[in-house]
Amino acid sequence: MHLTMLLDMACDGFGDRVVVGRVSDGLTPADLRRRARAGAALLRSHRAEALLYVAVNGPAYPVAMFAAAFAGVPLVPVNYRLGEEQLDYLLSQHQNALVVTAPESVAHMGQLGLTALTTDEWLSGTDVDDDESDPEWTEAPAIIIYTSGTTSKPKGVLLRHENLVSYVLGSVEFAGAAQDDAALVSVPPYHIAAVANVLSNLFSGRRTLVLEQFTPQEWLGLVRDEQVTNALVVPTMLARIVGSDGDLSVPSLRNLAYGGAAMPTRIIETALSLWPEVGFVNAYGLTETSSTIAVLGPDDHRAALASDDPAVRARLGSTGRVLPTIDLEIRDPFDEVLPTGSVGRICVRGDQVSAEYAGIGRAVDERGFFDTRDKGYLDEDGYLFIGGRVDDTIIRGGENIAPAEIENVLLDHEDVDDCAVVGVADDEWGQRIEAAVVARPGRTIDPEQLRQHVRLHLRGSKTPDRIHVMDELPRTETGKLVRRRVVTAIAEAAEVVDA
Amino acid sequence: MKLTIGKTLASAVDGATVVVVRATDADVEVTSGGLALYDPKSEEPPAGDPNPELLGGTLIGKRYVNAADNVELLATKPGKGTLAIDGESLTLRDAKPLPASD
Repeated sequence: MHLTMLLDMACDGFGDRVVVGRVSDGLTPADLRRRARAGAALLRSHRAEALLYVAVNGPAYPVAMFAAAFAGVPLVPVNYRLGEEQLDYLLSQHQNALVVTAPESVAHMGQLGLTALTTDEWLSGTDVDDDESDPEWTEAPAIIIYTSGTTSKPKGVLLRHENLVSYVLGSVEFAGAAQDDAALVSVPPYHIAAVANVLSNLFSGRRTLVLEQFTPQEWLGLVRDEQVTNALVVPTMLARIVGSDGDLSVPSLRNLAYGGAAMPTRIIETALSLWPEVGFVNAYGLTETSSTIAVLGPDDHRAALASDDPAVRARLGSTGRVLPTIDLEIRDPFDEVLPTGSVGRICVRGDQVSAEYAGIGRAVDERGFFDTRDKGYLDEDGYLFIGGRVDDTIIRGGENIAPAEIENVLLDHEDVDDCAVVGVADDEWGQRIEAAVVARPGRTIDPEQLRQHVRLHLRGSKTPDRIHVMDELPRTETGKLVRRRVVTAIAEAAEVVDA
Repeated sequence: MKLTIGKTLASAVDGATVVVVRATDADVEVTSGGLALYDPKSEEPPAGDPNPELLGGTLIGKRYVNAADNVELLATKPGKGTLAIDGESLTLRDAKPLPASD
């Protein structure tokens, strides 16, 4: 299996339909393949062993993805906003690479000894006649994505052709999109969802448009102007969209997928009542699993919202059912499989699961299961609920406490817009619970009153010992909380108080 | 022929194409409209007229499976022929598509 196979299929099925960009001047599958072959020739002429993509999302990105595939080298999309030290570290992992980047970064790449092209140069350089060459089948992975490193140094996740093609074949309907469908992509190119977006939309024949810099107004405007039917957002984006002023109408939108981080129930309820015609889709997956492994679909959302049964209603906070092509087990610390309803570590197996890291190898057990290090449980009908990262567990006086449980209670409070609960080293308890909270616009938070609110819903041992009010929380661009920076911020805030 | 996953095969009826999505190790004869499928990249279509009884059609984007459910072909270009393996007509796999999640 090879990524170019998906492109060949698209060329066979709907080679003349515009699938990337605007209808007037966008790219068809045939254009993509022609350019990808030209890009592969460029890569070969530079003897490049990887294609680094260090730029915003745009038409250059799918061309780069398939050019790398044709050349048999990995595409490595890197966060263009990283600090110089981190960026240089990642780039140093790929010495013989060709780089596609923004004009202002070309000189810096040159200083690092890398050959760099701007995205415009890449697009003009690949706009040549089709050489009809065959793809190279090599041992190299198709894509390498670096984890955001919210807890440690970034690791390169190797996604192989088999992983990505299995995901697409197993979960996407070929040519399933209508002629005038259009998907709006707002995730950055170094996120797994952006990779999946290129492949899924191409395979279904759905045109993709890119929003380079997200603002709620730009997003809403583009949805209306381009009659966008499908979109994917991360929770922080949806929160900003539904909370923004002005015209919130999205008449063409039929399908809105969200994922990438935990979605506060309040936000999704607001969005559901704001846009009753839109089908909402919650997707759960990891970079290591080639994107989605569980889906909560539009009907699930509506059923949950309309239900009086608390168990069904709660599913609005779930990630839905596991894909039929994925085996999933909830396990205890001794690797025993837990019964329905019990919280444990989520372990998964399937062809789309890469679980492979650069310089480390595959992290699977003897039965082929990958430990996601996410905690969660399945309800009676197989709906998956996620309860945070195993590594985020706070151990207070010997009791294991999941921050997510406390965070959910905090977010239920009308004054709280955002929050993070972390463990802080404590001489007496080992760790004590502290929370960082952000007030909703126009509200103020009384920490003591908020502690009472938590105590009302949870036991005293789960009530944060201290609550710090902050202007904002450290999150990655895709909305993932950077907990170690919350701990630092709390320590700094405490110093100010103590001084 | 031996089927390999990812292989594109064409129908001699009208050039419709399918991609092998699942396969067994067994040697099988895959036909469309009664004529053997061929590799459009390296082979010429086999000669002969299609069997008029075997023109039930192949729909783009649909997946076709055998009764043993160990071979699956995904149609990437539509055509008139009925797909079959060793003389047994393939049937449409009735799978509800998942909602688009990315």
